[in-house]
Amino acid sequence: MIQVSGLRKSYGGTVALDGVDLNVRQGEVYGVVGQSGAGKSTLLRCVNLLERPSAGTVTVAGQDLTALRGKDLNRARQRIGMIHQHFALLSSRTVAGNVSFPLEVMGVPRAERRRRVGELLDLVGLGGRGGDHPHQLSGGQKQRVGIARALAGNPSVLLSDEATSALDPGTTQSILALLRRLNAELGLTILLITHEMDVVKSICDSVAIMSGGRVEESGPIGDLIRTPGSRLTREIFPLPDPAPAGSVTLTFTGDPRQPLVSEAVRKFDVDVSILGGSIEDLAGGSVGRLRVAFSGEQVPAALTYLRERGLLVETS
Amino acid sequence: MTWDEMAPLLWEATWQTGVMVGWAAVFTVLLGLPLGVALVVFDRGGLRPLPVLKSILGVIVNVGRSLPFIVLMIAIIPFTRLVVGTTIGTAAVVVPLTVGAVPFFARLVETALREVDRDVIQAAQAMGAGRGAVVWKVLLPEALPGIVAGVTVTVVALIGYTAMAGTIGGGGLGDLAIRYGYQRFETAVMIVTVVVLIVIVQIMQSLGDLLARRLSHK
Ligand SMILES: Nc1ncnc2c1ncn2[C@@H]1O[C@H](COP(=O)(O)OP(=O)(O)O)[C@@H](O)[C@H]1O
Ligand SMILES: [Mg+2]
Repeated sequence: MIQVSGLRKSYGGTVALDGVDLNVRQGEVYGVVGQSGAGKSTLLRCVNLLERPSAGTVTVAGQDLTALRGKDLNRARQRIGMIHQHFALLSSRTVAGNVSFPLEVMGVPRAERRRRVGELLDLVGLGGRGGDHPHQLSGGQKQRVGIARALAGNPSVLLSDEATSALDPGTTQSILALLRRLNAELGLTILLITHEMDVVKSICDSVAIMSGGRVEESGPIGDLIRTPGSRLTREIFPLPDPAPAGSVTLTFTGDPRQPLVSEAVRKFDVDVSILGGSIEDLAGGSVGRLRVAFSGEQVPAALTYLRERGLLVETS
Repeated sequence: MTWDEMAPLLWEATWQTGVMVGWAAVFTVLLGLPLGVALVVFDRGGLRPLPVLKSILGVIVNVGRSLPFIVLMIAIIPFTRLVVGTTIGTAAVVVPLTVGAVPFFARLVETALREVDRDVIQAAQAMGAGRGAVVWKVLLPEALPGIVAGVTVTVVALIGYTAMAGTIGGGGLGDLAIRYGYQRFETAVMIVTVVVLIVIVQIMQSLGDLLARRLSHK
């Protein structure tokens, strides 16, 4: 749905994007994570050409946006929704007026606009608040207005720049739940950037980890979790990094109640001491990661057994 | 001079001041608003970067602002004659008042427009708004409270400028104070005129503040 290839962007001497490739599939929630200054916002702003890339192409819903200018670009942007960290609502307009804004830009007639605004406000749970001004709303409500506004043009894609970073944890969860629902109900493809791993854990299907203007790793979360040495896995699980010498780190994506480790212990007569671990609920299911130290004669055989049973076994 | 003698003079002068300031304010807004928008739109990071044009406009505005009003008024007499066909009287005063106030007001408009949140402008662009839509639907409405405050300041400055209008026969309160209070030593006229001016300025400022507050939804 969104293809980014060879994207570069520099500001004078600073290179904000240093060759970024991204492939966001139809209907998925794709997260881009990375520390402040990694180039996440620049990447997102290049996707709707708010920032013109120095090199590379951006294709959204089959249309090469980098080839467009002026009115054609504006028309393409109407099909790409965007939400912002600080909401970016017009303080001069009411809630309904804000949601109406993109419809006015698109030239939708007044009666049609009013009907559509009502629908959108109901969709985000703000029915009846249309007459308020943004300053009368809480942060979470403001972001709901932002979401309603972003959906006005029936976009195929929603871009989110740290949309929950200014919100408290409870409100963050309710906004993420709303995004998930819109993703499921409307088939909306969502590309979001965040510096919070929790956001990735709760709603993303795929993720790209950025640092210094480059993508370090990317792909469906399940695939990354099953890749040895994945940075995503290390970021998600609160285990000491690097792992102590002699330890074994097990990552299991199936049913966490399967007694695989105790089976291995019994079968191969090894001892196990647990160094740490946790189970995280990800959007695609729960994933456990356990760090242990085995001792005994048949440790290699035990590890092979665990590998055969589908566990990712990393030794150090 | 008795109050009965003073009252009609005062009325006439107040009316003249009102007419001069009123028309000058209307023309100042009509000309200064687009100029202020141009200063922002054509700026380097603006909606339509034309830095050379912006610099030229900036220099013109600065020249206009650095000339003392009394000098400006005399200097543009040929221009005034061209526009209104005469160089004395109330109409002839409105021309230099406007020319003097436009650069001042344009700068205030520029400042108000620069206060508009960049995020909001970009959000509008991300929704496919073109330059016209950004100016009309975002910049001007969002900056409206600031622009209203700028109009208020400009009107008060215009009231000050009109004091010099007597020099070219425009009349008004300042002229009354100078002719009676200063040249004929009628201290009472001087004091009453000053009081009237103070009251007018206060009323204008309060109305402006009230309106700006009403328009602001922050
Ligand atoms: N408009 C700009 N002008 C100059 N440098 C910029 C601009 N926008 C971003 N940068 C630089 O590009 C780099 C990436 O910034 P950004 O994309 O905002 O990172 P992130 O969103 O990951 O925090 C930073 O070094 C930042 O200073
Ligand atoms: Mg950022």
